[in-house]
Amino acid sequence: MNTDIKLKYLRTGKLPHIWCPGCGHGIILGAIVKSFDKIGWEKDDIVVVSGIGCSGRTPGYIDANTLHTTHGRALAFATGIKMAKPNLHIVIIMGDGDASAIGGNHLIHAARRNIDLTAIVFNNKIYGMTGGQYSPTTPQKAKASTAPYGNIEPNFDLAKLVKGAGATYVARATAYHIALLEKCICNGFTHKGFSFIDVLTTCPTQYGRLNKMKSPEGNLLMIKDNTIPRSKAESMTDEEIGNRIIIGEFVNNDSSREYTELYTDEIIKKAMNKE
Amino acid sequence: MGNIKFLQGNEAIALGALKAGCDFFAGYPITPSSEVATTMSIELPKIHGKFIQMEDEIASLAACIGASFAGKKTMTATSGPGISLMTEGIGVAIMTEAPVVIINAQRGGPSTGQATKVGQGDVMQARWGSHGGYPIIAISPSTVEECYIYTIHAFNFAERYRIPVFVLSDEVVSHMKENIDFTSVSLPTIINRKRHNSNDEFLTYNTSDPRGVPPMVDFGERHLTRVSTTTHDKRGWATKNQNDINFLHRRLYNKIMSNREDIVMYETDIDVEAKTLVVGFGCSFRSSKQAIIEARKTGKKVSLFRPIILWPFPDKELKEILRGIKRIVVPEISWGQISEEIKKLVNDNIEIVKVNHVDGTMITPEEIIEKVL
Ligand SMILES: Cc1ncc(C[n+]2csc(CCOP(=O)(O)OP(=O)(O)O)c2C)c(N)n1
Ligand code: SF4
Repeated sequence: MNTDIKLKYLRTGKLPHIWCPGCGHGIILGAIVKSFDKIGWEKDDIVVVSGIGCSGRTPGYIDANTLHTTHGRALAFATGIKMAKPNLHIVIIMGDGDASAIGGNHLIHAARRNIDLTAIVFNNKIYGMTGGQYSPTTPQKAKASTAPYGNIEPNFDLAKLVKGAGATYVARATAYHIALLEKCICNGFTHKGFSFIDVLTTCPTQYGRLNKMKSPEGNLLMIKDNTIPRSKAESMTDEEIGNRIIIGEFVNNDSSREYTELYTDEIIKKAMNKE
Repeated sequence: MGNIKFLQGNEAIALGALKAGCDFFAGYPITPSSEVATTMSIELPKIHGKFIQMEDEIASLAACIGASFAGKKTMTATSGPGISLMTEGIGVAIMTEAPVVIINAQRGGPSTGQATKVGQGDVMQARWGSHGGYPIIAISPSTVEECYIYTIHAFNFAERYRIPVFVLSDEVVSHMKENIDFTSVSLPTIINRKRHNSNDEFLTYNTSDPRGVPPMVDFGERHLTRVSTTTHDKRGWATKNQNDINFLHRRLYNKIMSNREDIVMYETDIDVEAKTLVVGFGCSFRSSKQAIIEARKTGKKVSLFRPIILWPFPDKELKEILRGIKRIVVPEISWGQISEEIKKLVNDNIEIVKVNHVDGTMITPEEIIEKVL
């Protein structure tokens, strides 16, 4: 990796970061700052918005406009910014609990509106920051600090959820598959409309420790073993796919109108004509 | 000939906001505030402003705060149940110093309470609603014309002090209709937030003044802005440094409390021989005013004090008019909240007489007159 590129969009004065050694979050941060560089956005035009959690600390390390909000609300704040200034590039970083438990309502409505935001979920399948409690993406039977006997709740497939809600770019990548991760983030950034990238990542400290996989690399290899690219899965039966999670791009639809454009073209125009 | 319009309180609030330069509204429908949103949805697009109906009140205030950092003058409108959801965002606006105006058309509570009936039970909620402790500004109109004027004041306070400002209306004031003569109404000069316009280095919260209000840069303009709901230093970076935490907390307090003379607004009608003082606000000020007129007709000596700004409470100003007063009568459509504030200010020689309704109706002048010595 070219370190100069990374440093350009990194707030180096804030390093070292607070994440645990071996945490997957830093890998996604790396992919985000690389993608900024690839696309060449000006720092002034970027706003990175986050909620609360280990993932929520990410904007602290990005040298752009940043807004570190409250748990679950990042998309709601971001919607206000985008409406106010549609020319800004807005990136939302959320944890899985952040995005789909406390923030689940904001997630489906941002997707439904098809507002031009790029939402990236750092999905470590657990509440990292608060000590490893189960989240809406914790698999059944997995252990969590509040599921000492194993989790009985079915988990969300966030990509399906958001696709169903109307997002026009939906992908799933991982902290292991870096090339796919960077491709999805870049495509999400440039897509006009609501883009959603579910990034499977690792939390060795909480999820790993509670589920008999303490080593950081072991956690990453588990992602490798438990996933399958969409291109391969398409020609396979459900039985052959088994429990493996499908990764890749699921929706990339440029034909639906974007919210802030519609607002200008429909509402403002009609209101002006009425006057 | 004046330019007279027969308007509802909520419509007047919306027109006041537009007059103040409001160009962003996000909200969620709730009685008795909904007409504010309806009016904004019609009017804002005509001036290239933005209106959005969000998925709930948490999102509504969040969107306003986001838009505020992108340079908009923003407002939301709600009532009790929505205010309860907004308490998270109120804290965000306090901590990040986001100018935003929040309309609370009070209805009967607690919980869903009385959607279509009046209440005044959110006064302490406005003061203490979000956790952690902070000063706040709340202004209380009693007439439709005041809905118009005080909403402009609310925007001015929000912009000058970078703080969420409540317009604490109520079902009666928000829903009644009165004339406004737009040619004769006297309006404050419009204030806009200070912006950092030079190329000099910009820190998001750059002020060494312990009472200071740092200038802003809109997202997307020349300098990077870093905002955090976590306690932060001057750069906007999360901090655990004791001095930074202390400085920020004290500045958030002092930027309001050391400027209280600039903020506090009140109204008096004094009879120097009065032994009774009536203190009324919002729709209960209307009853109080009428009570004074009627009581004086029967030869009673009585004075009137009206806090227009409820927070910071005009405590010094109230104390100054207590000479000779033996009794303070406080009508409120709640169990009494302003009366509790007054209790803190006076000694045992003055009797506080609460006149309370909790049945969703206005207090009548007669009920107040009865208590006048
Ligand atoms: C309203 C509210 N409730 C609870 C919390 C406590 N809290 C902080 S982070 C967090 C969960 C973090 O988990 P996740 O969103 O999955 O992100 P991660 O830490 O795993 O990156 C919780 C519950 C909070 N900050 N605010
Ligand atoms: S607790 Fe988990 S998610 Fe949080 S920093 Fe540590 S490894 Fe990462």
